[in-house]
Amino acid sequence: MSVTSDHSRDRKDPPFGFWRRSYAMLVKEFIQLRRDRVSFAMIVMIPVMQLLLFGFAINTTPRHLPTAVLLQEDSDLARSILKAMENTAYFRFTREVHSVQEFDDLLLAGKVLFGVEIPRGFERAVRRGDRPALLVAADATDPVAAGSALSALGMVVQTALQHDLHIGEPALPPFEIRAHARYNPAASSRLNIVPGLVGTILTMTMLIFTALSVTREIERGTMESLLSMPITPVEVMLGKILPYVLVGFIQAILIIGIGVLLFGVPVYGSLTLLALLSTLFITTNLAIGYTFSTIAQNQLQAMQMSIMFFLPSILLSGFMFPFAGMPVWAQYIGEGLPLTHYLRIVRAIMLKGATLPNMQYDAIALLVLMLLAMTIAVMRFRRTLD
Amino acid sequence: MSVAPTPASDIAIDVRGLSKSFGGREVVHDLSMQVKRGTIYGFLGPNGSGKTTTIRMLCGLLTPDSGEGTCLGYDIRRDADRIKRQVGYMTQRFSLYQDLSVRENLEFVARLYGVADARRAAADMIQRLGLNGREEQLAGALSGGWKQRLALGACTLPSPQLLLLDEPTAGVDPKARRDFWNEIHALAADGLTVLVSTHYMDEAERCHEIAYIAYGHLLAHGTVDQVIATSALSTWTVAGDGLNALAAELTGKPGIDMVAPFGTSLHVSGRDKAAMEASIAPYRDRDGLRWQHGEPSLEDVFIELMTRATDNFR
Repeated sequence: MSVTSDHSRDRKDPPFGFWRRSYAMLVKEFIQLRRDRVSFAMIVMIPVMQLLLFGFAINTTPRHLPTAVLLQEDSDLARSILKAMENTAYFRFTREVHSVQEFDDLLLAGKVLFGVEIPRGFERAVRRGDRPALLVAADATDPVAAGSALSALGMVVQTALQHDLHIGEPALPPFEIRAHARYNPAASSRLNIVPGLVGTILTMTMLIFTALSVTREIERGTMESLLSMPITPVEVMLGKILPYVLVGFIQAILIIGIGVLLFGVPVYGSLTLLALLSTLFITTNLAIGYTFSTIAQNQLQAMQMSIMFFLPSILLSGFMFPFAGMPVWAQYIGEGLPLTHYLRIVRAIMLKGATLPNMQYDAIALLVLMLLAMTIAVMRFRRTLD
Repeated sequence: MSVAPTPASDIAIDVRGLSKSFGGREVVHDLSMQVKRGTIYGFLGPNGSGKTTTIRMLCGLLTPDSGEGTCLGYDIRRDADRIKRQVGYMTQRFSLYQDLSVRENLEFVARLYGVADARRAAADMIQRLGLNGREEQLAGALSGGWKQRLALGACTLPSPQLLLLDEPTAGVDPKARRDFWNEIHALAADGLTVLVSTHYMDEAERCHEIAYIAYGHLLAHGTVDQVIATSALSTWTVAGDGLNALAAELTGKPGIDMVAPFGTSLHVSGRDKAAMEASIAPYRDRDGLRWQHGEPSLEDVFIELMTRATDNFR
């Protein structure tokens, strides 16, 4: 063909070659980016999500923290004290209990962060000038959450007295508030962070392991063979999840082992229970990762979905910032994340010596999330190439 | 001689009116076919003609939009799971695990199908494929020919009754192709039914029966001789000088449907024998040309079918 040979003879290096080629590459990248909807969504979602979460949901000096009251006498003084505590804006009375056992259980299960006990005959003792003690117990596993509220307690005596009572000498307070920082009396943040890290690290690694598993088969072309063989979606899922349960278990042992040996974090509760519930948590994350894998079109999308799940997990689960300090809507989102429940479990077992009945709600929540993810995955798994 | 053979025992594939569209484009149109047990059935057609889609519908990987039928006596819509247990499907693209060794791939397949002793079955297959010494090699590191042997081994390992091979010899050297076909004939002799898609004419001629599909339409089927005979194509072979110029002159003349160079000669074919004879008459006595009335080859028939299909369906 003479036309092309003429053309190629005339062809010399065009000017601005460097810029031309860079431009060609740039145009191609933009086209690909526009076609990749998930990447596009991520460009918008990540900054918006970060901003909203940091701006609205996160509060490092949390207020209105759930508090239980054990009221053993109904007196004006008792009511003034409670009123004064509520006025600090740190405490919100969510439960009234009737026994010490109930009081302890709520703290252990993490359902309240504080407990106030006003003993029987308190007002009379005050009037007699006995200077009785009022107990405020705090769940100090998260020192950030408990810290500022506890330091505000000092003002409470004054406020309570100002309003109603004018008894005793102002120099010597007529009663004392005995604050008891339970589970972490030294307010060491390490004690809070190490168990939290168990959950965070497991979430990150487990999600990624399974998030790539189905998309990898599709991208490498092995899915066509696999689908032509007699295997069901449930069998594929179990085969892909179970090996990583072991991997996650080893990881958990590693992190907890280092935490105990190197950072001196205690394990007060049962190791068997910890192992059992950790396995449940690991499996839940694997199931969620696997679900992403059945939804994503390729490995990149699966990774992006994992990141978009991991981000709120860190911010809204109570790992970085106190859960009780978040607004209600953020707490609802938090309840839907497995990490939230596992953090309560791991902190309660390691630092508080909690037992299974204390952890019932969170264990069931993990189970429900796991089954939900597995159901979606099995339903989403395409048995044909349609 | 059996008078009325029961279809289930005699026919491996029996489908009627299969259609399938992707995104509004119909890839397979109203396709019906029957494949007898123990035969090698060649499936021919140009790229994108719907061969792969048809094969995938037969083994339950795709659901037909319309049409029905049976594969090994099982309904292709309802019994996909049963079909999968008895069908070996070799995909066009190598689809075993590249990061598993030869042995590990075969053991995986054996376990999936519930073969009693998976290790033993894999070892036997390695022996049979002549892959001894390579069993620990990663499948991804094998050459094209060996990959193809391994893939065939993997789909015959669970002793299926039907093999679906999608362009199994694409990109494989002639020696490996010949070995492969000898293997297929050996398998068919054992009673296995084989449906194989291909582009190669020599391979088509090694099939017991063939079907030709283009643009989703099944255009011809039967034995090679039947397909040639029913095409009603007559062909002249011309050898000599100035063939390029002659080809240009003949193309488009009434009655001449196809002019194709074959090495040092030219094949001139047409369905309307009389019109073609009239058109070539002026050239018959031209110096330096030797005309010979020949049999159309399978390739002539297919190219003619394809050209006609282009006009009808495109």
